[in-house]
Amino acid sequence: MQDEAASYGDNRPEGVMRDHVRFWLGSSRQEVRGIAPTLTVLDWLRGPMRRSGTKEGCNEGDCGACTVVVVRPRAGGGLTWRAVNACIQLVGQLDGCLLLTVEDLAAADGTLHPVQQAMVDLHGSQCGFCTPGFVMSLFAMGRDMGRDGAAPDEAAIDDALAGNLCRCTGYAPIVRAGLASIAADDAWRAEAAAIEARLRALDDDEDVVVTSPAGRFSAPASVDALAETLLADPDATVLAGGTDVGLWITKQMRVLPHLVWVGRVAGFADITETADGLEIGASATYSDAMAALGALLPDMGELLRRLGSVQVRNAGTIGGNIANGSPIGDSPPALIAAGATLHLRRGDTRRSLPLEDFFIAYGRQDRAPGEFVERITVPRPAPGTRFRAYKVSKRFDQDITAVLGCYAITLDGGRVTAARIAHGGMAGTPKRATAAEAALIGRTWDADAVRAAQGALASDYMPLDDMRASAWYRLRVAQNLLVRLHAETTGQAPTRLVGAPELAHA
Amino acid sequence: MPDAIAERETSAEGGAHRSRRHESAHKHVTGAAAYINDLPEAPGLLHVALGLSTRAHARLVSIDLDPVRAVPGVVLVLTAGDLPGENDTSPVGKHDEPLLAEGHVAFHGQPIYAVAAETREAARRAARAARIVYEDLPAVLDIETALADPVLVTPGATMQRGDWAAALDAAPRRLSGTMAIGGQEHFYLEGQVALAEPGEDDEVRIWCSTQHPSETQHIVAHALGVASHAVTVEVRRMGGAFGGKETQANPFACLAAIVAKKTGRAAKLRLDRDDDMIVTGKRHEFVVRYDVGYDDDGRIHAVDMLYAARCGYSADLSGPVTDRALFHADNCYFYPAVRLRSLPLKTNTCSNTAFRGFGGPQGMLGGERVIEEVAFATGLDPLEVRRRNFYGIGERDLTPYCQTVEDNVIADVVDTLVARCDYAARRATIRAANAAAPLIVRGIALTPVKFGISFTATQFNQAAALVHIYTDGSIAVNHGGTEMGQGLHTKIAQVAVEELQVDAGSVRVTATTTGKVPNTSATAASSGADLNGKAVQAAVRTLKDRLVTFAAEQYGVPPDTVAFLPGRVRIGNQDVPFAALIRQAYFARVQLSATGFYKTPKIHWDRDAGRGRPFYYFAYGAACVEVAVDTLTGEYRIERADIVHDCGRSLNPAIDIGQIEGGFVQGAGWLTTEELVWDAAGRLRTHAPSTYKIPACGDRPRVFNVHLLDNAASHEDTIFRSKAVGEPPLMLGIAVLHALSDAVASVGGWRVCPRLDAPATPERVLRAIETLRA
Repeated sequence: MQDEAASYGDNRPEGVMRDHVRFWLGSSRQEVRGIAPTLTVLDWLRGPMRRSGTKEGCNEGDCGACTVVVVRPRAGGGLTWRAVNACIQLVGQLDGCLLLTVEDLAAADGTLHPVQQAMVDLHGSQCGFCTPGFVMSLFAMGRDMGRDGAAPDEAAIDDALAGNLCRCTGYAPIVRAGLASIAADDAWRAEAAAIEARLRALDDDEDVVVTSPAGRFSAPASVDALAETLLADPDATVLAGGTDVGLWITKQMRVLPHLVWVGRVAGFADITETADGLEIGASATYSDAMAALGALLPDMGELLRRLGSVQVRNAGTIGGNIANGSPIGDSPPALIAAGATLHLRRGDTRRSLPLEDFFIAYGRQDRAPGEFVERITVPRPAPGTRFRAYKVSKRFDQDITAVLGCYAITLDGGRVTAARIAHGGMAGTPKRATAAEAALIGRTWDADAVRAAQGALASDYMPLDDMRASAWYRLRVAQNLLVRLHAETTGQAPTRLVGAPELAHA
Repeated sequence: MPDAIAERETSAEGGAHRSRRHESAHKHVTGAAAYINDLPEAPGLLHVALGLSTRAHARLVSIDLDPVRAVPGVVLVLTAGDLPGENDTSPVGKHDEPLLAEGHVAFHGQPIYAVAAETREAARRAARAARIVYEDLPAVLDIETALADPVLVTPGATMQRGDWAAALDAAPRRLSGTMAIGGQEHFYLEGQVALAEPGEDDEVRIWCSTQHPSETQHIVAHALGVASHAVTVEVRRMGGAFGGKETQANPFACLAAIVAKKTGRAAKLRLDRDDDMIVTGKRHEFVVRYDVGYDDDGRIHAVDMLYAARCGYSADLSGPVTDRALFHADNCYFYPAVRLRSLPLKTNTCSNTAFRGFGGPQGMLGGERVIEEVAFATGLDPLEVRRRNFYGIGERDLTPYCQTVEDNVIADVVDTLVARCDYAARRATIRAANAAAPLIVRGIALTPVKFGISFTATQFNQAAALVHIYTDGSIAVNHGGTEMGQGLHTKIAQVAVEELQVDAGSVRVTATTTGKVPNTSATAASSGADLNGKAVQAAVRTLKDRLVTFAAEQYGVPPDTVAFLPGRVRIGNQDVPFAALIRQAYFARVQLSATGFYKTPKIHWDRDAGRGRPFYYFAYGAACVEVAVDTLTGEYRIERADIVHDCGRSLNPAIDIGQIEGGFVQGAGWLTTEELVWDAAGRLRTHAPSTYKIPACGDRPRVFNVHLLDNAASHEDTIFRSKAVGEPPLMLGIAVLHALSDAVASVGGWRVCPRLDAPATPERVLRAIETLRA
């Protein structure tokens, strides 16, 4: 450990750095050291912990059979109860949390948790393989709802379960079980204060480095330590939520000798509202940011509601989604249309740039070795600006986008005075539709303007054919979405099959 | 006597016709239900992974396995040349399905070698390490290409009745067309998995997620070159199967067993999801060509249909699957003159297999397209066209395969549904609203289902059971069926409880194992409860007969005064607790173990002649579906689904409703978002849930009403007059496709049949809309 610290190139006093991650698994305190940096929570649970209730269905975070609940202290008091996919979470990321699995829910005397009992009584399981995941998602939803005491409706349950696939039941009995049990009181409510105390006692400001023959898992506690770590090892893999890096491990079987997790960095997940808009820290998850972004730009909230699933949003970060530059990542096009600015840091050097300039080409971003995303600024929209984000995918929920059209269009007396349009799925990067924007600016916002912009889109993009959609579909949908934009901003209705209809006219 | 027992008011809790909860529900919700990958691993257990072909069709020039052996932890590498027995897993004896490719590969993803290693990760890494040199051969990847020069994996079938050619020519009106129907990935949540432990001599014990333990046993025995008695296959439960584990589990069991016998160590083969989806077969994709003669009233005079199927590189079950497509091309409709033909086409893709409905859904979908075409051509409501062509009762009741439809209740089912869902008024409202050309249009459709129950291979319609009563009065029931989530073991326990009137807790249905009940049929064709329920009933009745004889002698009363009442046995004027009677019977040396056997009566089938009575009976249902479609993007929602379904006298209404809800959603998925995409190189591009989209929670109908047909006792002597429910509800999902088509058609003022192919992805829907607009 000492040697490791020395080679690590920092000069902190001995003993300050922790060589293990520590957390609670149910009622037992865990100190885990010497593990491979890429060890997933699922493999750890099913292997050494002999907890086989958590299932592997897909090993890529898409089916929810491995759903577990991560409990953490909430800034400002209380707890967050978050469902995550154990298959693409790494054990190192558990530091400081309480991890609950399906084995933890029933009382010691065998009394089932209300969610479990309702699933039994209302025939919510058939083959039973996905069931532990559903139980954990419903449980997390209920605990999180405990804060405001609202009874769930079916739409809320649909959202909560969008990341859990069931092939047997058709979901109807599971939703019935959720409706019947989520608002029920349970033993965990009374336990919450004790859990919070237990977890706060794990809080420290130590950097964590867990080493093993397979490599190193670093979890710096401060942004300075993060900058130093990445400067010392620019080849290290930056790990935020792991919703993409997890697949490098489980599917591509990449060798990742050094993972640097940003989830322990103090203040790195902060979301700050300023007079100009929002400052979003790089490790803020979608779940963290959803409320604030939705308040600033309602359709951004609607987009995030359909981004991944609860499990993915609970782990995935906006900073990570930007940094890895996926052409079909959902947040970059929306943030580009909203005029977001990206703030990067390398060592002690900081720079800022418009988000769209960060994406150079497919798989290439404007990020130097050792450089990392520190935060994102999302400006408050100018008066008269309508923001819309339309996600089109084969399946509504938890599907990767075929086309994402994002628009910030400013109208003054029926005339377009400004337009920022960006798309996902239309090019190798999230990309602005500059020709379509030019075709609109200065024009009366009418059907002719829509047609002009539709024509311009064909020169903005040369989309690809793949298993999600053909080039024809992508371009045609992008063009047709301008009709929806026009309809919504000129008061026609209805335009939306899913989501809150009032958003169409916000 | 047989069924009167069910009518008794005194019947035991947990007996027949009760909504008993799934026998494993408590274990499901606590994570205590053990699937094969949850079983304790023996010390030294090896993990097996497969090296897969990266070409669709190629000669194997050379295979360099040194890099595989060099991966730390690798213990054994197997290629075709290393196999101890026959390199074949064909379930139909065609010898066309090698366990490991030999000399050439016939699809992208075909297993070429297996590697066993100390850890699963090492095995997976090693399975990517071989250096293989291929020499590409021309590959046939899709039906249209295959049709140009058809090569069949197994002979096609023809069913014909009447002078169809003359009737087509003579019909007042005639139309023809083509429909493409996509396949479907099973997406059982528990992937393929087998665990083998070597025993002494030739013995090996295998835990396998299989719907067909006996076949797995026999194929493993062939692969090992040993007798079947040396191989025991056990399965307690599967995490879903849907037909995908009827034959597809076999190769993995074989490889685990071979590794176990070669190394003397336990071996487990559990496929990663992507490999599972790439390697294993799926629901068959079809192209249907139809030619129909009809009249102005929408009555069909004659039909000629060709069902061409993409079967993949080997036969597997493609013969009976394509047969069943023909068996259901009529659905509920009488074709006065008809010819139906199948073409099971060989392609360089994975070998397609059983999937809930077994070709029936594709057959039915073709028949329903014909109805839709006639409706558009005549301007009639499609429901009216359906009704006019329904099989009659006592007339117009002969199927294309010359079985008389004797139990026709479809009119009752549809009338009940029409009333419950307010079809006519809602259709009128939707049409009026759509006439205003809103961006979001609606559609509605009501489609029926008639599904034949029985294996069409007559020999499979048999089942056996083994029932033990222990001296404490507890009862262990074993039968040949497997539990895949459908609630079979729950229903079986209900049968035993109903017969013996014992407490539900005293009956345990034990894991299915070839060591207890031999020579079983696959749990497939919706037959699980029908066949095994009857077999268990037979075994229990044998035991009851012995107990009645014993009690009558022991208590000196006539046998007809002995009756099994809840928790007790009435013997003359005396009530004896069941367990007490069992103890007395044991002391009197009465055998308390019995086997039971059942074979379905009345059925026969002559495939060459295309005639017979392949089905014991039919199950019926109907669904009415309303959808909303976004005309700008082709996206859609199922707003409402109403279903009336015939389960006979349901053995367990809660379980049956669960099968109906789940089957409907699975059928809807097949026809909407579940799209299998192969690229030009023959690679499956949709090999994980990130790219292959089964319905999610929010995709279920927003309003979802399921009703079991009342007063529906089966016409035949089925188990407590219930009917099979596994497959038929899947085809209720066909209403979704027709509702989408109805919505799309509104864009063209309902003048043109949209001819929407399946799956109707948003892209396909938008294309149909834009075609109508053009």
